[in-house]
Amino acid sequence: MATDTLAPSAAVTAPKIKSELMQQRARAARIFLVPMLIALAVVAGWPLIRSIYFSFTDASLSNLDGAQWIGFGNYLRWTTLDSGAVRYRGLLADPAWWNAVWNTVRFAFISVSFEAVLGMIVALVLNAEFRGRGLVRAAILIPWAIPTIVSARMWSWMLNDQFGILNDLGMRLGLLSQKVAWTATADTAMTAVLVVDIWKTTPFMALLILAGLQMIPKDIYEAAEIDGVHPIKQFWKITLPLVRPALMVAIIFRLLDALRIFDLIYVLTPNSSATKTMSVMARENLFDFDKFSYGSAMSTMLFLIIALLTILYIWLGQVRFDGGDR
Amino acid sequence: MGATFDLWKLTKWTLFYLLVAVIVVVSVFPFYYAILTSFKSGTDLFRINYWPDSFSLNNYYNVLNSGSFPRNLLNSVFVSAVTVLLALFLAVTASFALSRVRFRGRGLLLLTILGVSMFPQMAVLAGLFELIRFLGIYNTPWALIFSYTIFTLPFTVWVLTTFMRELPVEIEEAAIVDGATPWVIITRVFLPLMWPALVTTGLLAFIGAWNEFLFALTFTSNNDTRTVPVAIALLSGNTQYEIPWGNIMAASVIVTVPLVVLVLIFQRKIVSGLTAGGVKG
Amino acid sequence: MASIELRNIRKSFGAVEVIKGVDLEVRSGEFMVFVGPSGCGKSTLLRLISGLEDITSGDMLFDGKVVNALAPSKRGIAMVFQSYALYPHMTVYDNMAFGLTLEKGHDKAEIRQRVEKAADMLQIRQYLDRLPKQLSGGQRQRVAIGRAITRDPKVFLFDEPLSNLDAALRVATRIEIAKLHENMHNVTMIYVTHDQVEAMTLADRICVLRDGHIEQVGTPMELYEKPNSTFVAGFIGSPKMNFIGGERAEKFGAKTVGIRGEHLTITPNEGTWSGTVIHTENLGADSYVYLEMGTEEPVVVRLDEANSYKSGDTVHISPMADKIHRFDAAGKPVN
Repeated sequence: MATDTLAPSAAVTAPKIKSELMQQRARAARIFLVPMLIALAVVAGWPLIRSIYFSFTDASLSNLDGAQWIGFGNYLRWTTLDSGAVRYRGLLADPAWWNAVWNTVRFAFISVSFEAVLGMIVALVLNAEFRGRGLVRAAILIPWAIPTIVSARMWSWMLNDQFGILNDLGMRLGLLSQKVAWTATADTAMTAVLVVDIWKTTPFMALLILAGLQMIPKDIYEAAEIDGVHPIKQFWKITLPLVRPALMVAIIFRLLDALRIFDLIYVLTPNSSATKTMSVMARENLFDFDKFSYGSAMSTMLFLIIALLTILYIWLGQVRFDGGDR
Repeated sequence: MGATFDLWKLTKWTLFYLLVAVIVVVSVFPFYYAILTSFKSGTDLFRINYWPDSFSLNNYYNVLNSGSFPRNLLNSVFVSAVTVLLALFLAVTASFALSRVRFRGRGLLLLTILGVSMFPQMAVLAGLFELIRFLGIYNTPWALIFSYTIFTLPFTVWVLTTFMRELPVEIEEAAIVDGATPWVIITRVFLPLMWPALVTTGLLAFIGAWNEFLFALTFTSNNDTRTVPVAIALLSGNTQYEIPWGNIMAASVIVTVPLVVLVLIFQRKIVSGLTAGGVKG
Repeated sequence: MASIELRNIRKSFGAVEVIKGVDLEVRSGEFMVFVGPSGCGKSTLLRLISGLEDITSGDMLFDGKVVNALAPSKRGIAMVFQSYALYPHMTVYDNMAFGLTLEKGHDKAEIRQRVEKAADMLQIRQYLDRLPKQLSGGQRQRVAIGRAITRDPKVFLFDEPLSNLDAALRVATRIEIAKLHENMHNVTMIYVTHDQVEAMTLADRICVLRDGHIEQVGTPMELYEKPNSTFVAGFIGSPKMNFIGGERAEKFGAKTVGIRGEHLTITPNEGTWSGTVIHTENLGADSYVYLEMGTEEPVVVRLDEANSYKSGDTVHISPMADKIHRFDAAGKPVN
């Protein structure tokens, strides 16, 4: 009746009776969890610690074992010139890094905003009952199913300056006066990346929002209909507040994904400083420029920034995950 | 009065279907265009067409017969399949503990697992690189199977925990009264009830592994050990300026068609799996 | 054969104490029914006996041996759940055989023989190859009972087994459980229900629970005739016992007087009390007259035959002198 779980909670007054059943279950739980926890510690915990450690050393790709501890040097160090002026160097004083941070945050914010709005529209469409709904749902699953790399290449072909179909379409419709090198021009590179990302991930957002929409009982709308509430008011007063929890969780999933974006940019707009994100820059330094420790400092900063933004979001948005007790 | 009302209804109906049409066209067109391109060869490639007007299997022939693309496909299948099986194996038992046994710190543990699945993979790249070299598996499929666990395992644990929580308590209690140990409950009572969930979760994890790029790019270093996403990203022509668009599109279609087919077959299950991993309530 | 003894059993979930010190003895071979309103702790108590839930303190004895920590499967119990809890992917046969296949020392032939014997008892032999989803609710509950019988338990636990069935099936299954008890007279049965009719018809003894305490234990007739609180008096019997307070009770030297509808007679000209008819119900064999006479709830009179009273009639009623229950301010009987 009052309980739907087997095991008791721990806070119980003495004398405590530990039954065979509970002991057996506790023991089994431990045995079941240990392999997973070890696996996670090995593939995630330990590498994270090592990455952070490397950011405090002078490690290079060819000399990982001989890395020397240098403290915060990769983050910030300064030299006082003879003239008395202080010159700062290191990650925190690196304009290229802050450019990457800005690119990442801007990208994440804009793409997730668009995806939330478009995802909501698609979800509302899919929540309506009409002929061919199954077809639409199947259609929007396609962008989601296509590997990111493949979509990057598909779109870079469509966005090609000479032979791209989008330039052709734009000229035919009179939207463009001349062909644009979307991915190569600094002004448009970010737009190109945003378009592809929004195209690819809006379906995910839409499906999560749709799940939230479908949990709203239909009779609420029927009641609103009888009361003569205008459909637009229904959306603001009923739909949005009720779907908010689902929307907030969907947004954070997407936000975390957008903040770590790497593959799309690596393929679509390589070497463009207008779209270089934290992840792209960190990998470049780690493996291409042989600045292993500097790259580690970047990945550590990336981790901290994302953690900070996540905590901020969960705190401000009061997001609730369904990880609770049952 | 009635006539204007009908007109208004007709307008609404038209606008709605226009919106539906836009959604469908925008979703499908890039893939359609990739297929279209993949069947063009030679100079046809550089004539812009909206409808199929020429048909050639040249690009497919090139991709499958030259270079290491078939090998890359095999690598992708092997790595993704092994990663998923491993993750499912570890996740089934772990999710039993997480969904069915109450213990101190369970909420925190679940949140940590969710956190790891949302982890920026870049943050562990340096440490993973060191570890993979230390283990001597650099540039082998095992390096990828090893590193992919970082996202497939937490994901499968999380989704299976959500699924397992839905199984009725009384069935488990009946099994306990019948004398079943937790292991027997999992293998003989829960698993047979969870096949649909396992298939869904496995498929989603498979797609994740199949599409992964960063680790595959970093932990493999030659054509024979790469997976398809890396192979497609690095496909290039004889000169720097000559990008083999036809081959790239053919390769892209080969990689994508099985996924799209699987996704369309399992649509309903996938949608439920995605939402179980994302939101519940 | 098993007797069960509970000594000062307590159970808390976190800070909430659900069972607040229960002492009870269930005799071997007895049919004991736990009854009470929802939230009284009756299901929890059953789960403590089954071992599915840990007791927080106190002692639980089966046949004089402490089983506080013993696993459910070693207590010699079988349980029938409200939702049947059949394994959906197993046939009826496999459902019934599952427990035996997990125990060591039963060969296939023996298992088959025991399953078939139980199936015959419940007339479900023709369903052995079916899956639970191919059966009706009543058939499923029979399978659940059959699964319990197959294990040849010393103690049979029922957790509201009839509440998912419709009214007609409930009566039929109730009779079947009663027959089962007759056939398995050396098996102790404990049965949880919130329905006092089930309690009255099935039980050798009833244990009325309220808010984690035992209110009274006794045979159905003891509870009916000598309830030791207004709570039990009101809970057992249908229609509910009438409670009359105020001056009318003081004349009997009590704070509250309880009298059952069947122990009131309507007298033509004068009686102990009088009231206005507000409603009548004719059930064929008997009939109820509801009277408004300033009590908290209308007073019900049960007559052995149809009546022709109309709303608004004023009638006089008299209680049978030896059937009056007198209670003090605390709701306890006055001697």
